[in-house]
Amino acid sequence: MRSLMPGRRAAQDPAPSRLRYRIQRWMLTPGIRMGLKIGLPLCVMAASAGAFLASEQRRDTVAVFIADTRAAIEERPEFMVNVMAIDGAGPAVAQDIREIVPVRLPDSSFDLDLEEIRAAVAGLDPVKSAEVRIRPGGVLQVDVIERRPAVVWRTRDGLALLDDSGIHVAELGRRSSRGDLPLIAGRGADAHVGEALSILRAARPLDGRLRGLMRIGERRWDVVLDRGQRIQLPAEAPEAALERVLAISEVKDLLERDVAVVDMRLSARPTVRMSENAVQEWWRIRKINGSGQ
Amino acid sequence: MADLYQSQRAMRQMRRAAMQRGVVAVLDVGSSKIACLVLRFDGNGPLSEDNSIGSLAGQSGFRVIGAATTRSRGVQFGEITAMQETERAIRTAVQQAQKMAEVRVDHVIACFSGANPRSYGLDATVDLESQEVTENEVARVLAACEVPDYGVGREVLHAQPVNFALDNRSGLADPRGQIGHELAVDMHMLTVDASTVQNLVRCIQRCDLELAGIASSAYAAGFSALVEDEQELGAACIDMGGGTTSISVFMKKHMIYADAVRMGGDHVTGDISMGLGVPAANAERIKTMCGGVHATGADDRDMIDIGGETGDWEHDRRTVSRAELIGIMRPRVEEILEEVRLRLDAAGFDQMPSQQIVLTGGSSQIMGLDGLASRILGHQVRLGRPLRVHGLPQSATGPGFASAVGLSLFAAHPQDEWWDFDVPVDRHPSNGLKRAMKWFRENW
Repeated sequence: MRSLMPGRRAAQDPAPSRLRYRIQRWMLTPGIRMGLKIGLPLCVMAASAGAFLASEQRRDTVAVFIADTRAAIEERPEFMVNVMAIDGAGPAVAQDIREIVPVRLPDSSFDLDLEEIRAAVAGLDPVKSAEVRIRPGGVLQVDVIERRPAVVWRTRDGLALLDDSGIHVAELGRRSSRGDLPLIAGRGADAHVGEALSILRAARPLDGRLRGLMRIGERRWDVVLDRGQRIQLPAEAPEAALERVLAISEVKDLLERDVAVVDMRLSARPTVRMSENAVQEWWRIRKINGSGQ
Repeated sequence: MADLYQSQRAMRQMRRAAMQRGVVAVLDVGSSKIACLVLRFDGNGPLSEDNSIGSLAGQSGFRVIGAATTRSRGVQFGEITAMQETERAIRTAVQQAQKMAEVRVDHVIACFSGANPRSYGLDATVDLESQEVTENEVARVLAACEVPDYGVGREVLHAQPVNFALDNRSGLADPRGQIGHELAVDMHMLTVDASTVQNLVRCIQRCDLELAGIASSAYAAGFSALVEDEQELGAACIDMGGGTTSISVFMKKHMIYADAVRMGGDHVTGDISMGLGVPAANAERIKTMCGGVHATGADDRDMIDIGGETGDWEHDRRTVSRAELIGIMRPRVEEILEEVRLRLDAAGFDQMPSQQIVLTGGSSQIMGLDGLASRILGHQVRLGRPLRVHGLPQSATGPGFASAVGLSLFAAHPQDEWWDFDVPVDRHPSNGLKRAMKWFRENW
């Protein structure tokens, strides 16, 4: 009989041991094979990384190394910004921009927040829009489009320059310093600068006689001429009313006469108010004529 | 009986699960070799345009992706005698096949040849409740078969309905949906020794494998070695293995008889070994290389070195003539074939309309066997090789692999067995809750 004792198997027996058989079957199981091929290396990597970072000193070393490397790259001369160039702004505005831009040059281009700079520059009153970029050669280029003052607005607080959309551009010390710009006054006038400008265009024939426009009751405009004359315009279609007055004036020399106010507020009933002297004179002439009859 | 019914049904469930997973192993536990094939199922291929059955007889639903053979140990007459040895041999074969297939196999369908198979013909007749034959009626007629007393310690391995008759019409393959009054069935039942089956099941369990089916190798060999018309018209397949020679008779594509002769190629080898006084390994080599059953004049002059390893120079340099070798082999082969003849006669094979005999199995490769067999068994004898299946390596296409290949066909397209039909409703224990639970378990 064959020996029943284990451990004396014939050398040429090709049969796998039970353990080897099971291991082979495990290795052929897709989940385990994937686990060994991908999961195990991942685990080992994660474990070794965790073990390395377990000590605070090593963590600091790594952090410092990363910070150093980052700084070394950022401070390379290729990435440094040395100069700021401002285009499209007058000297005063350029000076303001230089003061307001929140960076101290030279600085690394990684540290510059262009969007923040652009917002700061565009926040200035005289600046309509701004564009900020870093030009090759380490130049911080700021392209500015300035607001152009269109009218002078007189308020109780003083004089201000407004652009054609009514946005405040700058304070003005004296009216004579910008004599070329028309004057508007009255509360709420700044919100209707466009309307005022179109009225001023229509009033071009008045030429030297025009003193300015006045916003009445935040509703309508008065054209103020010299000699204290006023043309009261309606809230609707003020340009047409003004042109009508000018046409009458052309034919009848209306504005040349001693008229205090031309009231166009009701277009169906234009009214003329004479000045005090003219009324007295007219009464006197009527009396003479009346008594003469 | 109910226990067997349940276990066979469980194996069927397992087979279905294996098919769903797509990989199943086929294990032929023979007396001289253990063959393992790993099959991959990828669904039935579409039929060709003209709706013909196509190449490979429509068996193209699977592919062999791993094959391994190992020398069998601890198996005699197709029965396990040393379980540890057999278990190791099975492990070897399975491991090699898995390695080749590069896939893990969990389900195994096994076949074996021994265990004294015995065939029974059963029949039953029932009156139909309604006019139409339903699945339930088929189950009822199958359940009505009177099971003979096949003895203690035996188990039913196959129980297949082979023929249905409705009123006067016989030879119905599928009576369902037909109209009639009386349904009769002929059933073929194959019983084997229970202990052998249990040993095999235990052996496979010890290899961490699940048994998804079990079959007689006579059946499997007939399934693959007989061509379609032979299965249809009637033929006997004789699978000459190492320890046993299995006989299966097919008719109308169903096995109607199976038996086994407990003699095979190993006995021929033993005779040579004894007669010439050489080790069994030498005897096997001589048998394979120079064996035969028909002596001619030239064989007297054809001297064979029979070798030996005793160390005695004279003894180890002996030669025999081929005629002597044939003289040793032929009586044993004749004896086997005579025995087969007896079994076939006992089964009434000579009454069959077609008496084709197909020899297959490893021992059928003996030179001149077909001539000898036709003298003993009848004129219509041919040598059979297994059907070609997809991916089968060249080394596994010999007649020795007939039952392994047949088992793969069996795995892919099992024939209806008795336990594939539900127990008829009136036989159920009338416990409604139990039935509800059963339905729940089967469907979820």
